[in-house]
Parts: sequence; structure tokens; C-alpha cells
Amino acid sequence: MRIVIVDDSGLRATVLRDGLCEAGYDDIHVVPPSGAWVATLERMAPDVVLMDLGSPSRDTLEEMLAVSRALARPIAMFVDQSDDQMIGAAVDAGVSAYVVDGLRKERVRPVVDLAIRRFNAFARMQADLNEARTALAERKTIDRAKAILMENRKLTEAEAYTLLRTTAMNQSRRMIEVAEALITAHDLLGGKS
Amino acid sequence: MTPISIAFLPLTDCAVLAAAKEKGFAADAGFDLRLIRTTSWAETRDRLVYGQAEAAHLLAPLAVGVSLGISQHRCPLAAPFKLNVNGNIFVMGNEFAQALDPDPVRRIEDPLATAHDFAVAIGLYRRKPIVGMVHRLSSHALALRYWLASAGIDPDRDIAMPVLPPSFMADALRAGEIDGYIAGSPWGLVAVDQGLAETVMVSARIWQRGVEKLLTFREEWMEAHPETVDRLIVALSAAAAWCDEPGNREELATLLSARDYIGLDARIILPSLTGTFPVRSGMPAVEVPDAMIFHREAAGFPWKSQALWIYSQFVRWGFIKASPENERITGNVFRSDVYRRALGMSGQPMPGASMKLEGSLSSPLPVGSSSGTLTLGPDRFFDDRVFDPSNIEEYLRSFK
Repeated sequence: MRIVIVDDSGLRATVLRDGLCEAGYDDIHVVPPSGAWVATLERMAPDVVLMDLGSPSRDTLEEMLAVSRALARPIAMFVDQSDDQMIGAAVDAGVSAYVVDGLRKERVRPVVDLAIRRFNAFARMQADLNEARTALAERKTIDRAKAILMENRKLTEAEAYTLLRTTAMNQSRRMIEVAEALITAHDLLGGKS
Repeated sequence: MTPISIAFLPLTDCAVLAAAKEKGFAADAGFDLRLIRTTSWAETRDRLVYGQAEAAHLLAPLAVGVSLGISQHRCPLAAPFKLNVNGNIFVMGNEFAQALDPDPVRRIEDPLATAHDFAVAIGLYRRKPIVGMVHRLSSHALALRYWLASAGIDPDRDIAMPVLPPSFMADALRAGEIDGYIAGSPWGLVAVDQGLAETVMVSARIWQRGVEKLLTFREEWMEAHPETVDRLIVALSAAAAWCDEPGNREELATLLSARDYIGLDARIILPSLTGTFPVRSGMPAVEVPDAMIFHREAAGFPWKSQALWIYSQFVRWGFIKASPENERITGNVFRSDVYRRALGMSGQPMPGASMKLEGSLSSPLPVGSSSGTLTLGPDRFFDDRVFDPSNIEEYLRSFK
């Protein structure tokens, strides 16, 4: 079974390809949707095409599927339309799967299930990464606000932190918001550091 | 509050949905409206068909195609409300456009002559022109095919028509992957603004009142939630009236420029609402009347005759076979009965009929209406053909 992953996010494609390899599939190709990718895909004559549901290139792919004379058998989305649960999970995970006509659904199902799991895992990884990035950025902002307070009000680091925290609590705001407001005000007043 | 999700593609004609959310029309009607921005028509379709959204902003021919089973999974869709009329712009790269009438105003004013010039330009061009389409099943593709065929061009033979999302067209043109494209506003204007292309034709000159985007539901869901559907149509109709008001256009353009909607400078979006835009970078602007209509003339009314016109073109281009069954399925996608039910008590002028001769009005005409006066705008096709929905076979024979 030849599986083609159409994806321009290198990382997600890798995550998916590795998962399929581990599961024993050995005819897997990754095609980024740029340049003459449709012709490439057509030549490959895949049995299954996996793609991000939200990829802007899906209309292009579907047009190829509609007009191609090269493909011996038609390809359609989700081979098993009776399996609402699988389709629901796929759409939620953002997976679209185009499957060649005549491929038995019990052969396709594990591939789609795996793609769903890997897409979900990738989404979680992205979310964690974003969270970590945000946390780091927030810590830097709060550090800078503390430094301003220490410099201007001659506070110790612990006192500066306490002042930021109590101000935030009194105003029912997040500490990061108070810190950002402080930095903005400080910059507007021509302060340094 | 009733939660409701509607999927849309970033285009000027998502305006009614954006205004319903941002100007409070949805909230006032008791809706917690969630708009889902998508990147392709396939995604919009899937979010609707597989139930992640209750409704979608959809190309009229695609809604028909999904119901007929020619766009992936067959699913009966129902459209009780049109989100706009007109709005597509056809542009070609500067090199190709050189072979057309150098006066861009005359070019747009005389579609018949321009179609013939286009046929000559194809012969002069260094290769088969590649014209980007937003979808095979789009109003754009049907209008372009109709127009080109009038000059003896066989679109399937004489031009290549790859499919790209509208927001990718200008970049593809710059990269030389396509020679021109037809796309909904404001994306046509982007390539003109960047000096990459010139306007060759606007859809409102091919068919003066062309069917465009629909508010589309799964038929099953729509039938199961009549109260919600009616209330939503009333809210969207109020939003559409707001969008149509010339005094609101600047605010609307600014609203649509947000990243949650189109994500382009309001300066590019505004001309697609006013219909005043340069057809070539640096040229004085031209006026395209009725470039996009949201509300006046009962613009939201889904005429069944317009669905059947789409059917006729699907048959003409071999997308489907002519059959009473396909004709029936297509007619049922446009639900003028639901529009009437929802807005019957609103006091808005309401067409008395559900079908009309498409293309028979050369000037505005007051027509029979159940309340108030309804004036329908001119709806001519540029070649003066009239589509009689009761005699589709003869209409189709007229193209042979």
C-alpha cells in the first residue's frame, strides 16, 4: 500500500511518517505542496493520500482527482462513509484521507486511525511548545518590570516581586499585564533599562 | 443564547456573517455566533458536511455539487439565503493583457468584443494560458466558461484551469505558475494593486445578477431546527441591510481587514464594496455598478431558477448527465420556501414567485411582491440569452 503524505510542515510529516514506519508500512512518501507537486503525486499513483484537513492545497488536489486520466482508479475521501465515529475523529484531528477506490476498508482504517493519533499528538506538542514559549516570554517581561521597580523605587528583588503581585491582585489582573503596563509607562516616560 | 458555528472562506462576501457577529445582529437575535475561518473550499465543505459547523458560506455551484455527489461525499444541502450577488474579478498578467483592448474601460464595457480579443490573445500567447480557478464548481468557473465559449473558445481545450485558493492567486501569478485568474473580491484586486495584472472582466458584466455565495445547511439539520434557522435568517438579513448601506462601507472594509476575516489592508477591500477600482495599476478608477449586492432587490432570495441555471451549466460542461433526478436535486438546494417562512412577517418586499426568466430584464423592473414594492435590477447575460427554467433542453441546444 503506497501512502503519500502531502504536508509542508516538515515536522508533522516526519511525526506521521515515523508512526507509519513503526506500524510496518514501508512505501511512504512525503510531498510538500509546492511547484509541480500535483504531477508528482499523479505519477506516484498512491493508494492513500493523507493531508491536513485545513491545508490550502486541498482544492488543488481534489481538482486533480476529478480530472486526472492518469489515475487508474478514482480516489475519494474517507473510504468508509458508514463509519461516522472514525470520520468525526479525523475531522476533529484535522486529518483528511483520500483513498483509492476498491481498497478494503479494514486495510485503510488502521492508517487513518494512526494518522488521527499522530495529528493529535502533534497538535499537543505544538500547544506545549507555544505554552513554553509564552511562559518564557512572560518571565522575561516580569524580570524587566522587577528591574525597573528595583532601580526606581530602590527595592530588593523580593519586594519588587511582591509589589507586582499585590498590585495585580488588587486590580484583578494578571501579573504579566501589570508588568507590561509598567514597562510601557516606563518607556513612555523615557526611562532606561 | 443559541450557539451556532458557521464556516467561511476569507472573501469580501463573508461580509454579512462578519457584520452579524461584529455589529451585534447575531447577539441581538440570541445567537452566540462562532465563525470558523477556513483555507480551502474543501475544508469549508467538510466542516459543514461532517458536522463541525451548522452552516457554511459556500459557492452556490459547490452546494449543488455536494448535493449531487460530485464533490466527494454526497450530502443533501439546503440554501435558504444568498449571502451576496456578484463580486468576481477576472485578471490576466500584464503581458497577456497587452493583446486586449488597451482602453480598460471599453474592455469591461463590451464583454462580447473582449471575449473575441481574448480568443486572439490565446493564439498570440507563448503557451496555452494558465488561468487559476478557485474551484471547478464555482460561479467563477461557470461564468468564465460561459463568456469564453461565446467567442468559440473551448475552455477545456484552449486554456489550462488549475485550482488554487483565492488568497494564493496573486503569489502564484508573481511566481509565474499561472498567467491570470478569476477570484472573488478582494483577491482579484490584489494582483492589480501590485501591478502584476490588469482586470479583463468582472462577473457583473457577464451576468448582471449572478448567483454567488449561499448560506448553506445540511438539509437534515435545517429541517430539524426551523426556529433557529428562521431566527438566523432574520438576523443575517438585518446584517445584510447594514452591509448594503453606502455609509457603512468604510467601517465594513475596516472590520473585514482584521486577521480573523480577510487579513488584508482595508484600502484593498473597500473598492470591492464600492465598485470603484483601477483596472490597471496607476490608472484612474472605473465605476462598476452593482459590483456586490447584499440586500437590496431581495438579494438574499434564493431563486430556484438560478439553481437550475447552475444545473444547465453542469450539464453543458459534462459535470453531470441531464436527468429529471439531477434537475430535481439541484432545484431543491435553493429553498425559497424557507426564506419566505423566515422573512414573511418582516415587512420586507417578498417575491411572489420562486422562478423567473433569468436574463430577461434590461432595466430595473417593479414586480409582484407580497408586501411593499420590490424592484428587481437588470439581470441580463452579456449575450442576451434568456434562461427559461421550464425549457432547459432548448436552452442547452442553443449553445451547440
